[in-house]
Amino acid sequence: MANGHAAVMGGNAGRPTESKAVQWIRANLFSSWWNTALSLVLLYLLGKFLFWFVGWGVTNAIWYGAATECRAVKGIGACWAVFPEKWRFILFATYPYEDQWRPALSCLIFFFLYAYSALRRNWNTRLPAVWIGGLLAIAVLMWGGILGLAFVPQERWGGLVLTLILSTFGIALAFPLAILLALGRRSHMPAIKSLCVVYIELIRGVPLISLLFMASVMFPLFLPEGITIDKLLRAQIAIIGFAGAYLAEVVRGGLQALPKGQYEAADALGLSYWQATRMIILPQALRLVIPPMVNTFIGLFKDTSLVLIIGLLDILNAAKTAVSDPAWRGFGPDVYFGVSLIYFVFCFAMSKYSQRIEGELNKSKHR
Amino acid sequence: MSAVKAAQTTEAPMIELKKLNKWYGEFHVLKNIDFECRKGQKIVVCGPSGSGKSTMIRCINRLEEHQTGDLIVDGIELTNDIKNIEAIRREVGMVFQHFNLFPHLTVLENLTLAPIWVRKVPKKEAEETAMHFLKRVRIPEQANKYPGQLSGGQQQRVAIARSLCMKPKIMLFDEPTSALDPEMVKEVLDTMIELAREGMTMICVTHEMGFAKAVADKVVFMDKGEIVEANEPEPFFSNPQNERTKLFLSQILNH
Repeated sequence: MANGHAAVMGGNAGRPTESKAVQWIRANLFSSWWNTALSLVLLYLLGKFLFWFVGWGVTNAIWYGAATECRAVKGIGACWAVFPEKWRFILFATYPYEDQWRPALSCLIFFFLYAYSALRRNWNTRLPAVWIGGLLAIAVLMWGGILGLAFVPQERWGGLVLTLILSTFGIALAFPLAILLALGRRSHMPAIKSLCVVYIELIRGVPLISLLFMASVMFPLFLPEGITIDKLLRAQIAIIGFAGAYLAEVVRGGLQALPKGQYEAADALGLSYWQATRMIILPQALRLVIPPMVNTFIGLFKDTSLVLIIGLLDILNAAKTAVSDPAWRGFGPDVYFGVSLIYFVFCFAMSKYSQRIEGELNKSKHR
Repeated sequence: MSAVKAAQTTEAPMIELKKLNKWYGEFHVLKNIDFECRKGQKIVVCGPSGSGKSTMIRCINRLEEHQTGDLIVDGIELTNDIKNIEAIRREVGMVFQHFNLFPHLTVLENLTLAPIWVRKVPKKEAEETAMHFLKRVRIPEQANKYPGQLSGGQQQRVAIARSLCMKPKIMLFDEPTSALDPEMVKEVLDTMIELAREGMTMICVTHEMGFAKAVADKVVFMDKGEIVEANEPEPFFSNPQNERTKLFLSQILNH
């Protein structure tokens, strides 16, 4: 670093007209023979990859047209033509075709809810009401059966809206569950403590797939004759229970990182356990664990794709089903690439948002 | 003055410890402690580190649990009953060595939180009380800052004000100046002296012997979990009775 600065200074003296960018490049990429060689090799590889990628993804790609056109360029160009053909199935799966505006609108309501909750000035008592209203609207849109909307059974739901339902409820309900489990695990009451330890260790110790299997295959066997709980709800409960166990340990990390003095000061002021927890302990503990918490949320968002194992058509499974059409068989990679972009947008948004909120919430420490 | 003292002695003590014992595992931290503090009394507790002095005052508001013996605060016997514990904590304020302010709340929020939620005081009134005490500790201009933006001495004064906002009957100080830079000790001690002059019942664990001489009614010396000697400040400092007291005083006064 110090050497780099010296080089910049020296270069500056000789060539006063050099721009900042050139100075930066000179100091960081070409400061020595070894750095120069390494930079050149990496630039070459990067250029080669970009050249190939642009050729495959843009110049040689088929944007519109039939599957036969795609087959002609297979291996040379990407087949984006599958999206104009199949996008409605990928986004909405087997939802009745003429009613697909309903899941589309539901997705928009979800986006609105995310955007609304993201703004800190909306974090007030109206927020729960907005969510309840939004979720009710989504339920009415998806199920129908009233207001002149045709009834659509849950078996026909799928695509993006299913992914959003599973992950939104997953995160929203796993979070309070995790807080209770983490508090319970630190409780002085032996019964509560051991219950939480057993739950966390048991659930965390098995793969999500096996939980989904149990929820979908084994669980109905224990129900009395005639009672059925719908498959989506069972998968949703499995996801909440699973994410809750993981998240509980993250939250517990935050609780343990707080200095003991914070608990003592709250006690000494006469705050009750729940008052202290709500106003002193959790606000600080949760701030400390925003990065690992968002890590778990992102993991959960992607893990919802595992519901394909019990036959639910989330967006990834819908894409997979779309290319099982004989005409489009073999274009899996192209479709998966497109769907990956959708996943990436969501995960990246979560990551960026968490960084911003972390910065805002920790302002009190830095000032 | 003596008439007032006589009247006080007939009252029940505010704090009473009878044959109090506490162990950390095998380690006997408090051995048969008998101690009492009357209304308006200022008692300074001193002793070498590890002598159990902090543990003793932390027992008074149940931050530590004693195993045997009786502990009565303001007429309420301290047991495992959570209602009794909370009732006592409402009446007993505590100031810690490391301040323990809530870093995510502003100074004003630190001061109003417990009055609003524990004493159920309306927010506006709690804020007025908070500003009153901030003025008394001479930092009203810091009300909307976060604790991390204040100096150590200012933080400790906020912590004192935070306890006072609960209008406690008794204040406990657990080495309030030990974590401060030397130049900030005075501002905190001045605040405590002022508080003492106003008649607050205080128990202070401290090594500030100047403070003890200035305001204490009684100085208690503890060593190895026992109360070795307790006396009024003048005879305590000029004529200590016990060898251990003499040794301790010579160590902290003669350098």
